[in-house]
Amino acid sequence: MTIVDEPRTATPSTPDGAPDRPRSVRSRLPGSDRVFRGVARAAGTAVLVIMLLVGLFLTLQAFPAVRQAGWGFLTRQDWDTEGNNFGVAGVLIGTVLIALVAITIALPLAVGAALYISEYAPRRLAPFLVNLVDLMAAVPSVVYGIWGFFLLQPHLLVVGNQGEGLPRWLTTYLGWIPIFAVDDYDPRDPEASASRLTSSTFIAGIVVAMMVTPIIASVMREVFAQAPAGEREGAYALGATRWGMIRAVVLPFGRGGMIGATMLGLGRALGETIGVVLIISIGFVIQPHILQNGGGSISALIASRYQESTDMGIAALMGAGLVLFAMTLVVNLVAGVIINRSRSGAQS
Amino acid sequence: MSTTTIPERPVDAGEEPRRATGGARRTDVFAALGAAWAALSLTALLFTRLTPFDGVLGFAVVAFLVFVAIYAMLVSLDERAPTVRDRLAAVFVHALALLMLVALVVVVVFTIYRGLDALGHRNFYTQDMRDAGPLQPLSVGGIRHAVLGTLQQIAIALAFTVPLGVTAAVFLAELPGRFSRFVRMIVEAMTALPSVVAGLFVYSSVIILLNRAKDDLPGWLRWLAVGKSGFAAALAISVMMLPIVIRAADVVIRLVPGTLREASLALGASQWRTVWHVVLPTARSGLMTAVILGTARGIGETSPVLLTSGITAYTNANPFREPQVSLPLFVYNSVTRPDAGMIARGFGAAAVLMLLVLLLFAAARIVGGRPAGQLSRGQRRRRAGRSYRDAVRFAARAKARHEEVSS
Repeated sequence: MTIVDEPRTATPSTPDGAPDRPRSVRSRLPGSDRVFRGVARAAGTAVLVIMLLVGLFLTLQAFPAVRQAGWGFLTRQDWDTEGNNFGVAGVLIGTVLIALVAITIALPLAVGAALYISEYAPRRLAPFLVNLVDLMAAVPSVVYGIWGFFLLQPHLLVVGNQGEGLPRWLTTYLGWIPIFAVDDYDPRDPEASASRLTSSTFIAGIVVAMMVTPIIASVMREVFAQAPAGEREGAYALGATRWGMIRAVVLPFGRGGMIGATMLGLGRALGETIGVVLIISIGFVIQPHILQNGGGSISALIASRYQESTDMGIAALMGAGLVLFAMTLVVNLVAGVIINRSRSGAQS
Repeated sequence: MSTTTIPERPVDAGEEPRRATGGARRTDVFAALGAAWAALSLTALLFTRLTPFDGVLGFAVVAFLVFVAIYAMLVSLDERAPTVRDRLAAVFVHALALLMLVALVVVVVFTIYRGLDALGHRNFYTQDMRDAGPLQPLSVGGIRHAVLGTLQQIAIALAFTVPLGVTAAVFLAELPGRFSRFVRMIVEAMTALPSVVAGLFVYSSVIILLNRAKDDLPGWLRWLAVGKSGFAAALAISVMMLPIVIRAADVVIRLVPGTLREASLALGASQWRTVWHVVLPTARSGLMTAVILGTARGIGETSPVLLTSGITAYTNANPFREPQVSLPLFVYNSVTRPDAGMIARGFGAAAVLMLLVLLLFAAARIVGGRPAGQLSRGQRRRRAGRSYRDAVRFAARAKARHEEVSS
């Protein structure tokens, strides 16, 4: 014999009328909410339209120049918009070289500063230093530019008629490496003019490095500060020194954030304008020698040539701007993906 | 079978003193100081007597390398390899941080030092450059027009970006969905827009295209065709600032705890009331920070202004007509001149610009220094005072009611 539990849920009987049915919990939006949602959605749409308009406009305006030049726009090394002979190859390579020099200098500085603030600095001092780094990121780029032009170049890097300083030392002793070579310049010749060493990619790169270091350092510091305390204490409990703990916990934890921060800095370095314009003497030929006078960047090209009156000149600049934008966009998107995927960057 | 023995503590051991585990021992300090002194002496000897080296930069680099070598040797005398590595890493981290600090101090001090010549003259703040040719002394001419231009342009840019940016950020954070995800993606992409490209966009659209089509435009659009002017510069700054402000504000609004929102909705508030009375006040300090940092960025950016505002030596209070110069542009324009007077004025203007950014930054820190819900001491005191007065009021009312009942 089996015992079956009979269902005993009794539906309360209504005295009269229809039985109860589940009520819909969706309520109609009050009027104020409908207005609010409408306004918010309109603002979002407006922003979207503005942003798409900028992108679309740049593309449309650049179109005549790009059609005129074809693939040569990416490979030619000249900027003669009247004679239909123009291309961004030289300035494109110049942009990348300046950004690479900047990142090479900025990365160790930023890692050092971020590690110092998050791991070494006294507790009292740390908030002050955080503010200092953020402030450094807010200093206008033109200030860094005039610093580079009036102090760094003439008084620290290329001093006097002989051009004494780091670039000369590099080309004298490391000149056999192609990028450190300088054409028509013999460092052992006392008559050699220092002007071959000024206004170079290297010096522009240092100025840009000054601008991007605080940006990178600030993101990295946030990432390092998020390293879990439990794992830090675990490392210490196993007998690690402070550096051992940093290598075993903080750096692996922050790796994604570090890569992302570096790429954010790279994106800024690619688009930096005024610092580069003040330092570099712009040329349109590929200049692989970073210590030598000349070089260029797309942003410097735009800033120095925008007054060209011909339509083709403007269209060509638009094309160059589009190439630059595409480059920074890719770098930033990759940075965002890396930061989001990493363990450390998920919260930020 | 093993037994666990519990160590016995002698009865008269007394309070065990707490030991400090961190901090430097005396030998560490001696090692560092000794190494520093030895490195300085050795490098000085190298540079003055033994080798033909010279140069400040070279001296610093050689001295540092010698210091690292001697310090490593000293530490390795009485420590093991992991500790030596730890000390060396500490030296490098400290050196890099110091280098960055020195760089910042040098940038700030150098700008102010070179600007002192111009900053000392009162006319520098009260005149514009109309009477000051390149060879005029610093007692003539000033940056009034540039300061005015900067303030007007940033005000116009803020009037565009703050309402639009904050509303858009509210949309992104409060009305999630496929559309807002798409908008967020586009906004994040646009933060990559180089500022010079933003300037080029306004230059070719507003200044060239609209001016060419000026006569065909309907009357209500004609005001947009302004030519090179402060308004065009403000537009360029807005295009550059908008994504930055939206992104920062979006992050801040998303940080507002969901429980607050749910509590408000559970009390029967509509979404609009929740946003207006709960979300935005909670995020207020963060929003202020986002706006102020965006402003600092926009105020110092030179390249969009260079392309769009034009250059003038006159004070122009009307941003819609005629060129209008701003501080960063004035700096750039002055320091690229060959004459010393203009360069000094450029440095003076750069110092003023830096001061302006510093003020904005300090304002951001004062307003937005604390995360939502954490109060400053003054706020806590005022809140306690209000609560106390409420309590007194309630007590008085209760007493009055009691007397009313008993009488």
